[in-house]
Amino acid sequence: MLPSSAQTDVDAIMMTKNNFCGGLMYTSSKWDYYWEGTLHRNNQNLGTVSSQMIGIMGNYGLKDNLNILFSLPYITTKASAGTLAGQKGIQDFSLMVKWLPIEKKLWKGTFSLYALGGFSAPASNYVADFLPLSIGLRSTNATGRLMVDYQVKNLFVTASAAYALRSNVTIDRTAYYTTEMHYTNKVWMPNTVNYNIRAGYRSSRLIAEGVADIWQTNGGFDITRNNMPFPSNQMNAKRIGANIKYTVPKIEQLSIIANAMFTVAGRNVGQTTSISAGVFYIIDFNKKKSETTDKK
Amino acid sequence: MKIINNYITTFTISILFLSSCKQSLDDRSKAYTSLNPTNIDLNAGDWKPVLLTAPNEFPLAAPMPTTNPAYLRELNEIKGYQQNITPAQQAIINYWSAGAVLRWNEIMRELVAKHNLPPYQNDDGTYPIPTAANPFSYPQFPFANPPYAARAYAYVSVAQYDALVAAYFYKRQYSRVAPYKVDAAIKPLVPTSDLAAYPSEDATVYAVTVEMLKLLFPADVAYIQQKADEHKLYRIIAGMNTRSDMDAGESLGRAVATKVIARAANDNMGKAVGTPAQWAALESTTAATGETPWISLENPRRPPMLPFFSRVRPFLFDSLTTIAIRPPAPPSVNSDQFKKELAEVKSFADNCTRDQKAIVAFWADGVGTYTPPGHWNAIAADDFTGLNFSEVRWARNLALLNMSLMDAGITCWDTKYAYFNPRPSQMDPSIKTNTGVPNFPAYISGHSTFSGAAATVLSYINPTKANDYNEMAKQASISRIYGALHYRSDCEVGLTQGKKVGDFAVARGKTDGAN
Repeated sequence: MLPSSAQTDVDAIMMTKNNFCGGLMYTSSKWDYYWEGTLHRNNQNLGTVSSQMIGIMGNYGLKDNLNILFSLPYITTKASAGTLAGQKGIQDFSLMVKWLPIEKKLWKGTFSLYALGGFSAPASNYVADFLPLSIGLRSTNATGRLMVDYQVKNLFVTASAAYALRSNVTIDRTAYYTTEMHYTNKVWMPNTVNYNIRAGYRSSRLIAEGVADIWQTNGGFDITRNNMPFPSNQMNAKRIGANIKYTVPKIEQLSIIANAMFTVAGRNVGQTTSISAGVFYIIDFNKKKSETTDKK
Repeated sequence: MKIINNYITTFTISILFLSSCKQSLDDRSKAYTSLNPTNIDLNAGDWKPVLLTAPNEFPLAAPMPTTNPAYLRELNEIKGYQQNITPAQQAIINYWSAGAVLRWNEIMRELVAKHNLPPYQNDDGTYPIPTAANPFSYPQFPFANPPYAARAYAYVSVAQYDALVAAYFYKRQYSRVAPYKVDAAIKPLVPTSDLAAYPSEDATVYAVTVEMLKLLFPADVAYIQQKADEHKLYRIIAGMNTRSDMDAGESLGRAVATKVIARAANDNMGKAVGTPAQWAALESTTAATGETPWISLENPRRPPMLPFFSRVRPFLFDSLTTIAIRPPAPPSVNSDQFKKELAEVKSFADNCTRDQKAIVAFWADGVGTYTPPGHWNAIAADDFTGLNFSEVRWARNLALLNMSLMDAGITCWDTKYAYFNPRPSQMDPSIKTNTGVPNFPAYISGHSTFSGAAATVLSYINPTKANDYNEMAKQASISRIYGALHYRSDCEVGLTQGKKVGDFAVARGKTDGAN
């Protein structure tokens, strides 16, 4: 149950000032193998664990080089075997500021540096301590990300690294065992690191890119043999995938996104395959303003 | 740029705020203060032991007088430690001064949680059975499931209680005072009392407990022994006992353990797993009555959990009484009553509220936890710390509680396997559960039986909280309907049956001489 990442957190795209891009994203993901610690196994009492996510996402240009991003997903989960009940609910609201302090010509292309910072927090009182079917982990996170992008003509590469501070979470029981007993309903959550690299073709019409992504939890413990997972497990995942964004020719405000990701290695997570599709629409608030305040 | 500065400031403040959220977890067990009994129970040597024929069944030699040069040389060890107490030693003192019985009860709960894991299946779909003969290979011994845990808590509590009754008997007989009373240069680092120091009650507790835990958790002996070594060090550094006080307590504790272990070796636990033929007979016997026999809901199907735990010898009554007090059969699967109860479970499965889910999780005590008996030990321990009991009264109260929990487990298992009825999800696979389904029949609910017994015993020990205990027991019981694991009959009859067992413990408590 890794955080669902809004595409715009990790891409080198900015909305111009007073433009708002909003849309809906749908993700379907599933796994039947998972890593119990480092042991790769399946579980006939879970069968295939699947989740469906519908997220509202938006990106507003405060300035040409300063955007504000938000997302709010609704998630349902289900296990195809066994008796455990699937869960559903609104997961975490996230708000992020994306800043482009440097953009300049370098050799034959353009080099850009981005800094992102933001928050996410549970937007409903969902249950964290019901893994692997919980819809999220309930921690409030503060994330900082640095991203560099280099583009030559229509070819680009983007690399970024993020660090997330995660708050303690509160669960419904007042004692639990990790590698020792704890007599509290609070769970200490290790912080996480994310590395993301993407490269491919980028034009105003089409973006087609390959993606490699590493999630790493700095601390936490392994699921012991045949035990249940727990929110403060060390959850790591290496994923690869591809992503396409296409802007519809006749309606330039409209773009569609398709994405597929596959987990190639992990620890205390499911070996998830996910596919996503999204529709986004850009509203330009400049037009109305330009009639009244024509500064340029 | 100003916006950016503001943004950076906000982000920094937020990180500081989040960091502050991550500090200490307010662990209850770390907040316990030093044991300081209001009544030191000087005459506990007269209390009635559970298994010992008399408090002095095992002899203990008289100590050397405190004027003996050998004794005086022992004092130098304490003085040596007290010259320079390291932070690590101070942490050991702080931890153990909360109480010997309390801390060993906590250690046990931790061992239960660590070992409460059902073994993974073999390639052929059968399941391996943990064995004490080979505790380190997978599956590790034990699988500390609720019956195993209930019995383990009971044996350790009984052993501690009997050993302490013996220790208090000899304390009064020999009246050797604590080292800090002999030599003013020795500072008592924890609350003092007029209780004699020989034999050390702390040494008695850890020695008897280590012996019991070697039997019950053989893969953890190294960890257990390390805890005992720290416990011993604490008493000496704290100026409360000399090494000869400790040695005497250890020998007494070990002697008592031999008697308790002899009982455990012959209480029928070894036969509780049963055989494939016996498991098949449970199914066919029930089918012959026209009822639907229980089937494991695990994939692959796991043999039922300890079906012959019912035949384990109880502490508070005999095995014939186990059968005599067995509740009548649950509603037939063909009855309207059954259909009504199944429909109720289905409605909770489909419409469980967030608050109800919290109640389910709070009382679930499933895989990887200290089990429902452990939960009631934790509740008892939290409350007892505020009641300032002496070590021997702690042991007596936990022995009453844990004997009732073990015997509740026995009568509950007897009932479950007498009727061998199906879980709601077996009768209606569309019923999904809010926690794992235990791998044994439904009637009567284990959580309800354990909780009924525990609430009854705790209400007797701590009457000012009787209402709270009874409300907790009701909540634990109904949590199993919310979780879609049990029918209402399972829970209601279980709670009543548990109270019945609790009454046996209360009757013992009224006549054990501790009042």
